[in-house]
Amino acid sequence: MLEIRGLAASINDKPILRGIDLTVPQGEVHAIMGPNGSGKSTLAYVLSGREGYEVTEGGATFDGQDLLAMTPEARSAAGVFLAFQYPVELPGVGNANFLRTALNAQRRARGEAELDAIQFLKLARGELRRLAMADDMLKRNVNVGFSGGEKKRNEILQMAVLRPRLAILDETDSGLDIDALKIVAEGVNALRGPDFSALVITHYQRLLDHIVPDRVHVLAGGRILRSGGPELARELEATGYADLVAEAA
Amino acid sequence: MNAPVATGVHGFLSRFEGLRARLPGDPAPRLAAAETLRTLGLPGRRDEAWHYTNLRPVAEAEFHEPLTPLADCAALLARVPTVGTRLVFVDGRFRADLSGTPTGAEFAPFAASGTFGDLARPDRDPLTALNTMLAEDGAVITVPANTDGGTIALVSLATDTPGRPTAFHPRHRISLGAAARLTLVEIALGEGTYLHNPVSEITIADGATLTHVRLQDESLSAYHLATLYTAIAAGGTYDSFTLVLGGRLARAELHTELGGPGAIAHLNAAQLLSGVQHADITSVVRHAAPHGTSRQTVKNVLDGRSRGVFQGRIEVARHAQKTDGYQMNQALLLSPDAEIDSKPELEIFADDVKCSHGATVGELDPEQIFYLRSRGIPADEARAILVRAFLTEAIETVSHDAARHVLEQAVTDWWERQAA
Repeated sequence: MLEIRGLAASINDKPILRGIDLTVPQGEVHAIMGPNGSGKSTLAYVLSGREGYEVTEGGATFDGQDLLAMTPEARSAAGVFLAFQYPVELPGVGNANFLRTALNAQRRARGEAELDAIQFLKLARGELRRLAMADDMLKRNVNVGFSGGEKKRNEILQMAVLRPRLAILDETDSGLDIDALKIVAEGVNALRGPDFSALVITHYQRLLDHIVPDRVHVLAGGRILRSGGPELARELEATGYADLVAEAA
Repeated sequence: MNAPVATGVHGFLSRFEGLRARLPGDPAPRLAAAETLRTLGLPGRRDEAWHYTNLRPVAEAEFHEPLTPLADCAALLARVPTVGTRLVFVDGRFRADLSGTPTGAEFAPFAASGTFGDLARPDRDPLTALNTMLAEDGAVITVPANTDGGTIALVSLATDTPGRPTAFHPRHRISLGAAARLTLVEIALGEGTYLHNPVSEITIADGATLTHVRLQDESLSAYHLATLYTAIAAGGTYDSFTLVLGGRLARAELHTELGGPGAIAHLNAAQLLSGVQHADITSVVRHAAPHGTSRQTVKNVLDGRSRGVFQGRIEVARHAQKTDGYQMNQALLLSPDAEIDSKPELEIFADDVKCSHGATVGELDPEQIFYLRSRGIPADEARAILVRAFLTEAIETVSHDAARHVLEQAVTDWWERQAA
């Protein structure tokens, strides 16, 4: 489903990713762990199409399509979702309106019928309940005045409504207390199935106690240094990244 | 040998000579205004109040008398939003056949009396002098004390006679008695090239409330130069919003005096400009009594090579203690060639007041655009959503539902015109 081959990318001529090879098969959840500055967020942004990154080598395909040639909105309609590390505030834009516009834009792009306001609200309220979120979340402006935890939960709500086929979670656990962390994990776990894959980017093993990955990859210095099963995350928690990074240098 | 000069002040003065016998009311104020105009001329760049707005295109144009008392204006009328009781003026003249009869408020055309109010300053302001000299018609609306005047739509339509630009100078007088209420939705539309130079004199007595929504959607080759003088007595509220979409060259000059204790003035506005449009909002808020509140948020969305101007002065008299004044001007530049000029001024003689002002200029935030696109929303739609969001904050201040809907619809239509 997601295939990354020899991907190298720079920001302002400064190389950040130095040749990443990674395959996330359909239905699997993979974790990417690594120290700060290792290129984890850059990988998430390059895959979702943020401006300001120059891909210098390699590429990535999603279901065989050249992902990096697509606009951000086309990637989203194809089923790629990025949960932002720092969700963006949109003053003056209501959350319900934002979500419905997004969902209908995706459905339109896929040639599916749009949802009217009533159909949409029914869907959104159902997801809110499943994620133990208050209904007023929909009435507020997108992320404006939200606490850190509310912002992250709002990302998960968007994911639940938009039903992506590949979710990239960029440090979604940062700044969350344990209750919020569990809600986020439940939101991801609820989507798990044969048609859902995820790339869970995190600095800490904590999140992976709740979202148990099929594979764990360690990213440092813009390269994947090691890959393994869920036990690799626990090993890293015990030893830290320093040894591994020193070993690779 | 030489043809008579038909442009600028000379053109207007010679029009007055030809017309004066037919103008309604006492000729004395008109003669005085003509003298002022002859002396001062039209405002130029040397006048501080006109530093950012150049009236030369108006001074160099030749304007004619409207000849169309029964012009067909069905197409224009179809564009008028449905709100309140309509009072329709075509090329500056009242059209009873297109108008309704207000209940609660009393209405008479200015042409019936030709009586001027005492708020306007034709001695000082040349465009007001021009209006006073040539005013033929307008709306005189009076709401008696303790009466709800309902909602009135004051509609100005300008028809196009190609090759023959017209000028009209309506004179409006709006008077609310003590504790009276009125919602006035002013709508200006037109086709072709013309000069619409209205002057409004607005009196709000003790405890009265006027909600005044102005939709300026003139032709893109028109000149719209409006001057409003408003006096608010004790406990009165003037809640106004101006939405500027049209005009090649436009200015709204707002003179608002909070003359009694506890008066409230809201002077919010939004200007959405594109192409080579130039629009100017100039306001003078005078706090002349204690415990007054003034609020002013002016938002500009500027595309193409358009230029927005905001000049805002708040004056607080020595005895106007406990004044609370706030003024904010924000501009969103959608193109590198658009320009905003912002000149806020505070002139405070009282010592126990709270006055603040600010200005921001920016472009759309690329982070916000990416966030929307990452959710599947196409780039153009993402930009439209963000511009609407920027305007929403301003338009939401209009509490009258029907009036607010008029503005929201006008913004939607404007956006669709840009996309087309």
